[in-house]
Amino acid sequence: MDLDFSDEDITRYSRHILLGEVGGTGQARLRAARVLVVGAGGLGSPLLLYLAAAGIGTIGVVDDDHVELSNLQRQIAHRTADLGRAKADSAADAARAINPGISLVTHPTRLDPDNALALVSAYDIVCDGTDNFATRFLLSDACVLARRTLVSAAVLRFEGQLATFKPHAAGDLPCYRCLYPEPPPAGLVQSCGEAGVLGAVTGVMGTLQATEVLKEVLGIGDTLAGRLLIWDALAMRFRTIRLRRDPACPACGAAATLHDLSHHRLAAPAPACAV
Amino acid sequence: MTNRLMLTLNGEPRELPSPLTVAGLLAAIGLDTRKVAVERNEEIVPRSAYHATHLASGDALEIVHFIGGG
Repeated sequence: MDLDFSDEDITRYSRHILLGEVGGTGQARLRAARVLVVGAGGLGSPLLLYLAAAGIGTIGVVDDDHVELSNLQRQIAHRTADLGRAKADSAADAARAINPGISLVTHPTRLDPDNALALVSAYDIVCDGTDNFATRFLLSDACVLARRTLVSAAVLRFEGQLATFKPHAAGDLPCYRCLYPEPPPAGLVQSCGEAGVLGAVTGVMGTLQATEVLKEVLGIGDTLAGRLLIWDALAMRFRTIRLRRDPACPACGAAATLHDLSHHRLAAPAPACAV
Repeated sequence: MTNRLMLTLNGEPRELPSPLTVAGLLAAIGLDTRKVAVERNEEIVPRSAYHATHLASGDALEIVHFIGGG
């Protein structure tokens, strides 16, 4: 691994390099890493900004939306002056302004069954910050098929959930479908557009998501894989629950039935956070 | 004579008739299985095991709501 850093980078990352768990080697690992952020919204904003600031060498941003006024209460990578711009571009500009030394790749497209596998395969770690169940299940299935680690966060109202899924790793670890086997029928679960979300809750969850991505890249601490973190902001209570692989999981179980993404072409989108 | 189960559901004590499975509990409290996950003693019960998982007195259960906002 290339351990050469410019004097400027040694200063920029000095507070990381001081950490025994990171050091110069860890910082070089971060620089060599490729991370895909799917959704440049409430979760994706802080996630992207912290990954960029931390010096992740290559970050992809997938979002096909444009910045709207109702986004700005929580999607802090975008500014009022960005209204109407493509979110992937606006968020990438915000990340570049923090750290011009990294590579940002914008994918101003909707994740779909035709592009999902190629997109996730081009990165080491994938982050789900999307706002709808159709994309969440598509992204999870693509990560299982491509054997990519998925760090997944979700929010609604005053609640957040976070989990790391890597069923390809040792230890019979679960995937997203082991927790939620299939998308809820349209209309059964409220969206943020219907139920609202406290802006700061997306900030906390996106920042926790960034922390778990950095831990996965660095290989430090206890992985969140095999656990689900639930945060109730009103009660200010964090809980961590054990999550095992479901032997009957259609994506990663012993008799898995999902071997490609073709079933997603039939799925009707169920918005979870339409705004 | 019916046995009673003493459970803790979402932090509150609940008394329910025995025997009871996770599927039976969700039906008894009127929750659609498609929008929740069930945590039993700090572990998620796979949905495929709802009918086979029998609850015991002392079990602590929490309902985890399916959320997907970003």
